[in-house]
Amino acid sequence: MATKKRKTAKPKRAAARTKKKPVKHLVMIATRKGLWFLHGDGARKQWKVEGPHFLGQIINHVMLDPRDGRTMLAAASTGHLGPTLFRSTDRGKTWKEAKQPPAFAKAPEGAKGRAVNHTFWFTPCHANEPNAWYAGTSPQGLFRSDDGGDTWYSCSYINEDPQYIEWMGSVQDGTPDGPKMHSITVDPRDPAHLYFAMSGGGVHESTDGGKTFKTLVKGMEVVGGFDASNIAFHDPHCMRMCPSNPDRLYQQNHCGIYRIDRPSDEWVRIGRNMPKAVGDIGFPMVVHPRNDKTAWVFPMDGQTVWPRTTVGGKPAAFVTRNAGKSWQRQDKGFPKSQAWWTVKRQAMTSDGRDPVGLYLGNTGGEVWMSRDEGKSWSCIVRHLPEIYAVEAIALS
Amino acid sequence: MIPSPLQSYTRTNWVEADGATLNELLADLDRQFPGIRFRVVDEQDRLRAHMRFFVNNEQTFELNHPLHPGDEVVLVQALSGG
Repeated sequence: MATKKRKTAKPKRAAARTKKKPVKHLVMIATRKGLWFLHGDGARKQWKVEGPHFLGQIINHVMLDPRDGRTMLAAASTGHLGPTLFRSTDRGKTWKEAKQPPAFAKAPEGAKGRAVNHTFWFTPCHANEPNAWYAGTSPQGLFRSDDGGDTWYSCSYINEDPQYIEWMGSVQDGTPDGPKMHSITVDPRDPAHLYFAMSGGGVHESTDGGKTFKTLVKGMEVVGGFDASNIAFHDPHCMRMCPSNPDRLYQQNHCGIYRIDRPSDEWVRIGRNMPKAVGDIGFPMVVHPRNDKTAWVFPMDGQTVWPRTTVGGKPAAFVTRNAGKSWQRQDKGFPKSQAWWTVKRQAMTSDGRDPVGLYLGNTGGEVWMSRDEGKSWSCIVRHLPEIYAVEAIALS
Repeated sequence: MIPSPLQSYTRTNWVEADGATLNELLADLDRQFPGIRFRVVDEQDRLRAHMRFFVNNEQTFELNHPLHPGDEVVLVQALSGG
């Protein structure tokens, strides 16, 4: 008996000595009709819905600055007004409109200049560049802010470059919601080393902070019958760099799932190893925060007229734990049939915890999450508008 | 007159502004209500889709349309979508 008592008492005292600040979780949900937050407890079991913010406005993306834990940006537009940005410096409690949202340069007289339809993607710049952000727009443009998102400027020649504009194509060449610049990625080892992707227009890399870019599309396939050497035909949907290995990137493309290991300049289609009945078409790409061999996708039906719904109406994530050599289906908790979701490219993410929490939002206004790296899923909110983007963060 | 989606800037549906043209009027509105112009006119000085100006009940698409003291300018949104 005495031995048993000592065994149970010791860990309690140890736990009390090493008690850490409680961790909370914040999930930011950008929808076609506004912005919502989910506040979660440390166990990620209890969730409280807060919102709407900006009811009626299209919120394409929302992002909390991980460098200060307070600054939040929301990209807003409506069906009728021009685009704008809102900024918060108190983690979404209060908001102010940005003084100067992203906008292209005025074209010379007689030339047809481009106009930003909406800001689509935010990426905080390097950790050593506090208050600096990149934004990608629709139509495709790369912008930067150095004042926490209040004023933005065109930060690269590509926004006016005839070759790049040809690769970007017109609205007719883009996705139904407009052609997009996305997946702006900063190398944590070097603030001047950037990647971005365009739908359409391929993947591009800069090693000089955006002064020059080169294409990075070797190995990527395009729709049958089109010429893969034409950058305009490449349609990456989402690209992610592994935090544990910045030389490894994964990509979900219109035409498959890929991995690249730099300095190689060739993508490898690891989606070939997905089950044939499921295929390797989809929008989001999620990487493990600490293991570069682990990544998740959420396949969509890419056949015939590209329904872009769950394959067979049966939602499932797929995980690889060996860098794409094999994939395992993860559907425990999801509806078994007649669930025709679409999950957009910014609508699946992780929270960085151990075990990793995964979150996805669907076009039916539901957010599903997994506390065990995809082994099982549960719905944590439903009845929201169509979800465009989901971001999650653990707060201490 | 300001349409309801822009009243988050003006807090009212009628405002007074100065200008010898619609462009100048918009510039004055933007001084009074920062950000409002970009929601109406894009960076190429094109009126955004669904935006309609009526000056004394006459529709115009020209931002250099002349204005005179006392003119009534109505900004209307042609609503669409779901």
